Amino acid sequence: MFNKILIANRGEIACRVIKSARKMGISTVAIYSDADRQALHVQMADEAIHIGPSPANQSYIVIDKVMDAIRQSGAQAVHPGYGFLSENSKFAEALEAEGIAFVGPPKGAIEAMGDKITSKKIAQEAGVSTVPGYMGLIADADEAVKISGEIGYPVMIKASAGGGGKGMRIAWTDEEAREGFQSSKNEAASSFGDDRIFIEKFVTQPRHIEIQVLCDSHGNGVYLGERECSIQRRNQKVVEEAPSPFLDETTRRAMGEQAVALAQAVGYTSAGTVEFIVDGDKNFYFLEMNTRLQVEHPVTELITGIDLVEQMIRVANGEKLPFKQDDIKLNGWAIENRLYAEDPYRGFLPSIGRLTRYRPPAEVAEDSHVVRNDTGVYEGGEISMYYDPMIAKLCTWAPTRAEAIERMRVALDSFEVEGIGHNLPFLSAVMDHPIFVAGDMTTAFIEEQYPEGFDGVELPEPELRRIAAACAAMHRVAEIRRTRVSGRMDNHERKVGIDWIVSLQGQRYETAIAADHDGSTVTFGDGHEMRVSSDWTPGDQLATLTVEGSPLVLKVGKISGGFRIRSRGADIKVHVRTPRQAELADLMPEKVAPDTSKMLLCPMPGLIVKVDVAVGDEVQEGQALCTVEAMKMENILRAERKGMVSRINAAAGDSLAVDDVIMEFE
Amino acid sequence: MKDILTVLNDRRAAARLGGGQKRIDAQHARGKLTARERIDLLLDEDSFEEFDMFVGHRCTDFGMEQQRPYGDGVVTGWGTINGRMVYVFSQDFTVLGGSVSETHARKICKIMDMAVENGAPIIGINDSGGARIQEGVDSLAGYGEVFQRNIMASGVVPQISVIMGPCAGGAVYSPAMTDFIFMVKDTSYMFVTGPDVVKTVTNEVVTAEELGGASTHTRKSSVADAAFENDVEALAEVRRLVDFLPLNNQAKPPVRPFFDEPGRVETSLDTLVPENANSPYDMKELILKIADEADFYEIQEDFAKNIITGFIRLEGRTVGVVANQPMVLAGCLDIDSSRKAARFVRFCDAFEIPILTLVDVPGFLPGTGQEYGGVIKHGAKLLYAYGEATVPKVTVITRKAYGGAYVVMASKHLRSDFNYAWPTSEIAVMGAKGATEIIHRADLGDPEKIAKHTADYEARFANPFVAAERGFIDEVIQPRSTRMRVSRAFASLRNKSVKMPWKKHDNIPL
Repeated sequence: MFNKILIANRGEIACRVIKSARKMGISTVAIYSDADRQALHVQMADEAIHIGPSPANQSYIVIDKVMDAIRQSGAQAVHPGYGFLSENSKFAEALEAEGIAFVGPPKGAIEAMGDKITSKKIAQEAGVSTVPGYMGLIADADEAVKISGEIGYPVMIKASAGGGGKGMRIAWTDEEAREGFQSSKNEAASSFGDDRIFIEKFVTQPRHIEIQVLCDSHGNGVYLGERECSIQRRNQKVVEEAPSPFLDETTRRAMGEQAVALAQAVGYTSAGTVEFIVDGDKNFYFLEMNTRLQVEHPVTELITGIDLVEQMIRVANGEKLPFKQDDIKLNGWAIENRLYAEDPYRGFLPSIGRLTRYRPPAEVAEDSHVVRNDTGVYEGGEISMYYDPMIAKLCTWAPTRAEAIERMRVALDSFEVEGIGHNLPFLSAVMDHPIFVAGDMTTAFIEEQYPEGFDGVELPEPELRRIAAACAAMHRVAEIRRTRVSGRMDNHERKVGIDWIVSLQGQRYETAIAADHDGSTVTFGDGHEMRVSSDWTPGDQLATLTVEGSPLVLKVGKISGGFRIRSRGADIKVHVRTPRQAELADLMPEKVAPDTSKMLLCPMPGLIVKVDVAVGDEVQEGQALCTVEAMKMENILRAERKGMVSRINAAAGDSLAVDDVIMEFE
Repeated sequence: MKDILTVLNDRRAAARLGGGQKRIDAQHARGKLTARERIDLLLDEDSFEEFDMFVGHRCTDFGMEQQRPYGDGVVTGWGTINGRMVYVFSQDFTVLGGSVSETHARKICKIMDMAVENGAPIIGINDSGGARIQEGVDSLAGYGEVFQRNIMASGVVPQISVIMGPCAGGAVYSPAMTDFIFMVKDTSYMFVTGPDVVKTVTNEVVTAEELGGASTHTRKSSVADAAFENDVEALAEVRRLVDFLPLNNQAKPPVRPFFDEPGRVETSLDTLVPENANSPYDMKELILKIADEADFYEIQEDFAKNIITGFIRLEGRTVGVVANQPMVLAGCLDIDSSRKAARFVRFCDAFEIPILTLVDVPGFLPGTGQEYGGVIKHGAKLLYAYGEATVPKVTVITRKAYGGAYVVMASKHLRSDFNYAWPTSEIAVMGAKGATEIIHRADLGDPEKIAKHTADYEARFANPFVAAERGFIDEVIQPRSTRMRVSRAFASLRNKSVKMPWKKHDNIPL
């Protein structure tokens, strides 16, 4: 076995590889750029070597620099992780030339699968199902109709040079194929100056399902089941699971066998993934093969019990796979949620900055369930603009899908991340979405279910009531503590009452609390009783409660007269008041949020570098108004519509917070 | 007897109705609560003991004898906030517009006198149209009596003003002399002369809100210490503030049970100060991570944001915090920040509240604006306030402590008890670049030499160790252990006692 391995990557995957290597007794070498000086993977590795400036194209993907680091460290093997150099055959070649083991497939396999057209051809030859289509030139509409008929409707008619939906038509009949061909051709000619058209099968209700394969250099190969990755946003996977709730055993086997056949056709070794698109009738078609470890590999590890990184290293060392296909048993259900530093309320814009708080849920590995968090960041660390915004992969495993989802919901609620925008609320929303819960998602799920983007979650009544009970109980504890202050008048202490009015999300609950030594019973106005217990004390930012026997985890913030509660994707203000306070609060006018459509708000914390307009200027839509510098990036803010500048509140040199008003318009 | 009780109850009911249901409805329609409703929210339930419910004015001019409502436009008395006694007056806008008469003022004076004698804070809720013009000089005399009592009570018991309606003309000077002023957004304003007079005299056209609304006074004038969304929130937050304050200048600040480990280690603080010395970071993160339960009551949050002031608790005990904020103007001192912090430091010292100072200060803001505005004397206020303060003082330098500003920010030289520095500290006369350009003026034309001199200067002075060698820094501490170190420091100072030489009073550079 190798003594020393270098991980040519960063972030969570570098940490992930280090863990397996360490378990195997192999010492580890990290590489890092300027921005990653204090990164977690650098802290975890036995050695760390600096390889250049922050941008990846000056550090992590510069083969010469990585090779220098390998030589300097004396590592015998290199694990490339995913991304960066992981599918770069030149890198594999450079390693081979120096006799360093590449923990990945041979360069021939990388090359063969690296090209879309070649890989599809090889796949067809290996008997893998591919999307039926006609790649040649199509002369006229008649030929288009004939080809469409052979492929079978529905078909997609596409411009060769196409993109962004332009020059694309879907046809369900001969007539539509005829029309579609002509209009696609015209549109392609005018949009791209290239009117070549091709036709392929249109896959309805498409799902992204991929097969994990693992091959050694002795001709053995197995498939380790599938992963369902249909929940994607702009081709970026967000939620994955294994197995797929859609596949049956027959389809699974057919896909698995084809995947292994493809891998063996190109002399594949190591772990690899064959991606398929699967239609509503369980027809599956080859998309591409990823010749590396996938981001979402943990779900496969959780249902097979196989450490993929360990196996990759063993294969790279020339060992035989220790199991055969028959030994592979899929056990239970695993779900992965990817935590991105992207603000879901701002169109999933990447968010950078300091992680002032980062507390993942406790990892658990029990027979009943598993919670696993693969991460590359830590509290106090910095999320920089240079790399992928994914900061953690939270996985849960349980015997059934429903239990795994429920464990995930609680784990997401327990995950504390502050200082940057992140998609935790969105993930929670997906975990509660009926389509996901039913397992009926397609790759269009996010687009179809969140067409206007994500603007939070409205909690359903039973959940609101549980939160109301919890908040009433917590508020009472906090109020009692306040009465324990020194300097009070003896015998005239404040008595904290039992009646509390809880208002949240437009709902109002009257509650009465009876506390005893191991919790409280909250009685609602309608007689409904809820038992609440927890070890929450004032100031705790995470409340782990048991309400009516089931867990409730709340992120608790302070607001005047109550709490800011975040749970299940919702972010709400909860006011807890005595009946008198509630009565008087009802007299307070509802304040209308100022109309910000006539204001330019600062979209991020930053420094005003330049103001381009003056009071009284007429501005046109799209005109530059000012420049804000944030994290060394200059962002030009432009007018969203025509208007006149009526007021400017900031000048060059001012530093502003998010949503500060920079200027106003008439 | 029964009849007499009925009479009493009827009178009480009449008094409680203030100016009548119609005026109460009008008050509500403006988004404001009545004087008594406000007291309900301010004090513990059923703890209010009222004085002078049946007081009426004695004016007989202009037909005033025809209307002599009970209470005369102000509700006064005492009650408790979380069991601790406070005195309160609450002006009743529904009764003669809350206008101040001789008797109205006398009611306020009565509870102020009692507050000073009994050592309990005074909370005034202001909602008044101003002087009762019908009474003429009697009304002015009433204001004068209140002002004099504000002065006598200053530094003896905490005084808090809550502006919940108009407060104009001479009336503003009572709140002005109290320790804290809170306002309610959109429904309160304060000014010496109103928009009409302003227009007549200066031709400026300005609304009451622009001239003296909550935003003006929390952001521009610094007259107010905070503004809240509505009456309910404002009064809840006043209760929260009272929980931090001692009852009087002889009492120790309150202690409250706390649920936080005094030795809590915050590893994330090790990376708070960025590698680039010119990058900002948020000092509030440090305050929140030092404080018990991340609970911070900020004073003047929206004014002079280059310095942060407010209250936290350590081991359940109140501590005043003053901290430079590198996010704004690099955390420098200027006229506004010096004034803001000086007043806060003096409040803490007057009421025996220990002071924690967190320092990252590149110096005083240069410029004609500052010099013409008198930064010399305003800066001296903070220096004076720190030097004068005899309460426990603990200072932590996180990064820059340059020049005169280093001395000002609770340095060892101003009798600070504990002066800690993070390893990232740079305690020097100025930044390396500026210093080099002065010391090595002859080499200015040679960038290479200057770079070397700068590096040498940095190596020598851009650290806490020179100051530590002199004993100006007691200990260089790990950022992660700041809470523990600071908590222990204050714990050791609980019996600190310093006598000042006798003086009639000091002469702070006002």
